[in-house]
Amino acid sequence: MKLHLKIWRQNSATEKGAFERYTLSDVSADASFLEMLDILNEQLIAENKDPVAFDHDCREGICGMCSLTINGVPHGPERATTACQLHMRHFKDGETIVIEPWRAKPFPVTKDLVVDRTPFDSVMQAGGFVSVRTGASPEANATPVPKPIAEYAMDAAACIGCGACVAACKNASAMLFVGAKVSHLNSLPQGKPEKDRRVVAMVEAMDSAGFGNCRNYAECEAVCPKEISLDVIAQMNRDYASAKIKQFFAPAES
Amino acid sequence: MKLDAKIPEGPIQEKWENHKASVKLVNPANRRKYHVIIVGSGLAGASAAATLAEQGYNVSCFCYQDSPRRAHSIAAQGGINAAKNYHSDGDSVYRLFYDTVKGGDFRAREANVYRLAQESVNIIDQCVAQGVPFAREYGGYLANRSFGGAQVSRTFYARGQTGQQLLLGAYSALSRQIGLGQVKMYNRHEMLDLVLVDGHAKGIIARNLVTGEVERWSGDAVVLATGGYGNVFFLSTNAQGCNVTAAYRAYKRGAGFANPCYTQIHPTCIPQHGDQQSKLTLMSESLRNDGRVWVPKRAEDCQKNPNIIAEQDRDYYLERKYPSFGNLAPRDISSRAAKEACDDGRSIAHGGQGVYLDFSDAINRLGESVIRERYGNLFEMYERITGDNAYKTPMKIYPAVHYTMGGLWVDYNLMSNVPGLFVLGEANFSDHGANRLGASALMQGLADGYFVLPNTLPDYLARVGAGRPSVNSEPFNQAEASVKGRMDKLMSIQGKRSARSFHMELGKIMWEYCGMARNEAGLKKALERIPALREEFWQDVRVPGQKEGLNPELERAGRVADFLEFAEMMCYDALDRDESCGGHFRTEHQTDDGEAKRDDERFAHVSVWEHTGEGARPEKHVEPLHYEEVHFATRSYK
Repeated sequence: MKLHLKIWRQNSATEKGAFERYTLSDVSADASFLEMLDILNEQLIAENKDPVAFDHDCREGICGMCSLTINGVPHGPERATTACQLHMRHFKDGETIVIEPWRAKPFPVTKDLVVDRTPFDSVMQAGGFVSVRTGASPEANATPVPKPIAEYAMDAAACIGCGACVAACKNASAMLFVGAKVSHLNSLPQGKPEKDRRVVAMVEAMDSAGFGNCRNYAECEAVCPKEISLDVIAQMNRDYASAKIKQFFAPAES
Repeated sequence: MKLDAKIPEGPIQEKWENHKASVKLVNPANRRKYHVIIVGSGLAGASAAATLAEQGYNVSCFCYQDSPRRAHSIAAQGGINAAKNYHSDGDSVYRLFYDTVKGGDFRAREANVYRLAQESVNIIDQCVAQGVPFAREYGGYLANRSFGGAQVSRTFYARGQTGQQLLLGAYSALSRQIGLGQVKMYNRHEMLDLVLVDGHAKGIIARNLVTGEVERWSGDAVVLATGGYGNVFFLSTNAQGCNVTAAYRAYKRGAGFANPCYTQIHPTCIPQHGDQQSKLTLMSESLRNDGRVWVPKRAEDCQKNPNIIAEQDRDYYLERKYPSFGNLAPRDISSRAAKEACDDGRSIAHGGQGVYLDFSDAINRLGESVIRERYGNLFEMYERITGDNAYKTPMKIYPAVHYTMGGLWVDYNLMSNVPGLFVLGEANFSDHGANRLGASALMQGLADGYFVLPNTLPDYLARVGAGRPSVNSEPFNQAEASVKGRMDKLMSIQGKRSARSFHMELGKIMWEYCGMARNEAGLKKALERIPALREEFWQDVRVPGQKEGLNPELERAGRVADFLEFAEMMCYDALDRDESCGGHFRTEHQTDDGEAKRDDERFAHVSVWEHTGEGARPEKHVEPLHYEEVHFATRSYK
């Protein structure tokens, strides 16, 4: 395949970026999208030019490291597929492909297509856990968890933290990501004791990290490679409202 | 090199309890005086960092990814073993211990494996309490399934993403400690050297991958949880960034490297599509329950559409060679049989590396809907990667490097021969012998991090006392200068070839001569070619960009340079181990029906290699293995 690429190049967070054009020939239709970028980088190194920096690691759709906006869509055109699992056979010979980093204010560009997603870690550090010390746990089967609840928690826990939801949202809202974590932990009996505290802390951390609000565009759900449902946002909003009401009537308890 | 395994006295069932009762402790008020450096944030690193921080130690944790949640433990699919015996099918700590020693082909240390089996049950309790969403039955209790190498159901799982869910559990515990300020997390940092002060591990040199700065970090102890070295083969199921650098740097500073030749090759991965391939993807072994493996009988049929090749022209080689186990022959046997068929010129895929895994009989017998229900997600994944519909045409599969059992040598306390240097998870050598059983890697990573190290590290700390050295001391100056000198050298060559091209070439040598089947002549050839390639690398590599700022090519060049040295040690070990055992198959040593033939007289030991200078043959040391509980036997698949 022959391909024309238009790629965002930016040397560092503080410098301005711009698109640059490249042409690649002899790309196998069986190559993955990231392998196509490997070929480009080999070509650039041979030409003594600076290769394109992009994030990637497992290349099997689970680590959440890859973060490319392809032709305007985070992770590209295939539904429920990360950029690393996207293959070139979905593109046409001679096609022009536009590749950009995640575009979201809370995720500044580090270099080229690499962005800084540490605000996600900050939200998790605020409350994305069950406070249990190693060794303090009871026998695993002491608390049965109804299968539908376990399945619901697992659906939410499937989030890989890639940030496509934020990149797809006009408001750079992180509510699908935060909602997924809140729904996962708040729905399980093990997460109940900290339910209110968790949701309030995580929402506050999300707001202070600069993520925008949800306006129900649902773009996040459409691009999520793990098909996390918008329902998690509804659950987070419910849990948040309920926590805030309780806080209002009994401020000392939370 | 002094190798004292420090295995506690007493019956195997009591060793760990006795040991825990006899180690020195650090008073809670004194723990804040100690600083522990942990490199790696996968299951072992994250769980150790979280647990030590909960106890009150100051922890600094480093990972090369942009977040600790992305460590490669995340990619594990199948499950985690634990001797809970929830199915009342005869499981016990002893049986899990026995299966693991036997599965490892009698090359693991008994006392460590027994402790692993003991702690396995606590892991499940801990993970459930953290909110890990394990699969459950309708009654709300935990579900189990069975896995290779065991006759009981003891594998806990979370859909096909057990590794991810366990890692997110450890990451959440780690995040809590980061939020509390007890752990300082350094993302996008890569350890490039170990610093020894008076013979003790007291710090690391790390590069901040974003700014490019080379930084010095000191601590009272250093813990490596940096994973395996499968990427020495270039193509493997490992993540792109997985590398041997941290472990290899420690080796060059005097830590012994144990059994580097033990690598596990998984039989069912998606074959290479061509020379542009960057990694291999595993397909669950469970597919072999209903798929039949075959290649055409005649080489000239290999390019034909498989659906038109008549039944009598197909060679179902596993069923032919191993009639009783057939398509469910163990991993090592199946992998080698695929290689033999392909070496015979009957590969059905690119580059002579592929065989069919055919579901048509199962579909005819059970119907497509049953197969879809059992393996739907795998068929979908296969189609996403290859573009082929496996319900209509047979899957193409080929073995791929998956896990490495060798690693830095550690004693019972998980401390290497360098005092103060602890090694956890895949990075150490201790628990899997020459072959790892499925669903045991996650178990080991978490046992080491949650339950073993937090009981053994304090003993070391209490003995040496608090007092980490200044980062301005001479050993730090010297280590930093050597790291910088090496980087300058890499940047200054400005040759013609990319680091990646060298890595690919090294991978081909290793796969050819130190892969699924090895022999003396091949290993000797590899030992000639690797130093030559290394020399060419240092003459002709081109690293673009600058030292300052993010430079993935500089990172890659450093890792490839280490693989080019490490590969040689691996071949020395494979050559020295003149027997077949587990994943190490020497073609000179096989039974008539192609099984690995161990030599317990000569090789019932751990081979530990000591660095003796660059380019020089490392020196071999030996830790004899004593089997008091499990007696040597030949693994049989009849």
